[in-house]
Amino acid sequence: MRERPVDFELAAVDRKILAKLQGDFPICERPYAVAAEQLGLAEDELLERLRRLLDNKVLTRFGPMFQVEQMGGAFVLAALAAPEESYDEVAAQVNALPQVAHNYRREHALNMWFVLATETPAGIAEAIARIERDTGLPVYAFPKEREYFVEMKLEARL
Amino acid sequence: MNAPNLKPLIDECDRALIVATQGGLPLVARPYHALAEQLGLSADEVMRRLRAMVDGGVIRRIGAVPNHYAIGWTANGMTVWDVDDALVDQLGQQVGALDFVTHCYRRPRARPVWPYNLFAMVHGASRDECAEKAGQIRALLGAACQGSDILYSTRILKKTGLRLGS
Repeated sequence: MRERPVDFELAAVDRKILAKLQGDFPICERPYAVAAEQLGLAEDELLERLRRLLDNKVLTRFGPMFQVEQMGGAFVLAALAAPEESYDEVAAQVNALPQVAHNYRREHALNMWFVLATETPAGIAEAIARIERDTGLPVYAFPKEREYFVEMKLEARL
Repeated sequence: MNAPNLKPLIDECDRALIVATQGGLPLVARPYHALAEQLGLSADEVMRRLRAMVDGGVIRRIGAVPNHYAIGWTANGMTVWDVDDALVDQLGQQVGALDFVTHCYRRPRARPVWPYNLFAMVHGASRDECAEKAGQIRALLGAACQGSDILYSTRILKKTGLRLGS
């Protein structure tokens, strides 16, 4: 089961929104008006297009992206090998934890890769222990030791 | 934490602001005023705190978070590499500097299950495109690399981002 692009045609203006609005959203009284002006749109039109992009799941969110480590918390990539016959059940058990920020199915013996974001460093071990208990499967943690680059801004290419 | 003073740690008020915005900003003309009303703060206080969190790195950025699949990046590969420990930092910097790599980290191995210590995310409209990018990484790593793999994602099981309890 491969993820597919949503059944929704992106207008040129939506592509422009995606290209220009993945960061630097202003902090001021009328930020949508300021951003809209930079895009050559009216404030109402930008708000309406953002609503539609969110409803159509082209955007997963519009707002601040946090770095939990900078608040004293922790952010750790982890993986497990879920048996095919119980894959969805294991995914539900893992996703049930609010500490699981993202979770992806990947093609490998380790077929479930998720990111834990917790308010305290100790929260990571607690979340892993909980997942191991709930699923009965060993969890492999891959905390970052060095960050060489992070800049997740991809433009629409449809 | 050994040195909490080095981190711009947040207070209760910042935390309330994070809880109020982690699902997204209000889609109204004056979103920071709406948050202020919700939290019982002044709009100036909300904006001042948000700016401070951007400056301190608590907020990496404010804007649109796209679903990659939905915008045409249907092949998303986590390339992983077993790189000589003595060379991984130097090479990791070079891999991270490639314009198509969106994330690049050194992580611990978990032998025998997992021999890889360098992770680099690549994206494309096809797996061939990802494989071609992985080939460029392989060429850069050269003899320092003992093994590699590409783990393509086939389903987003969850993508909510941070969720602090309210």
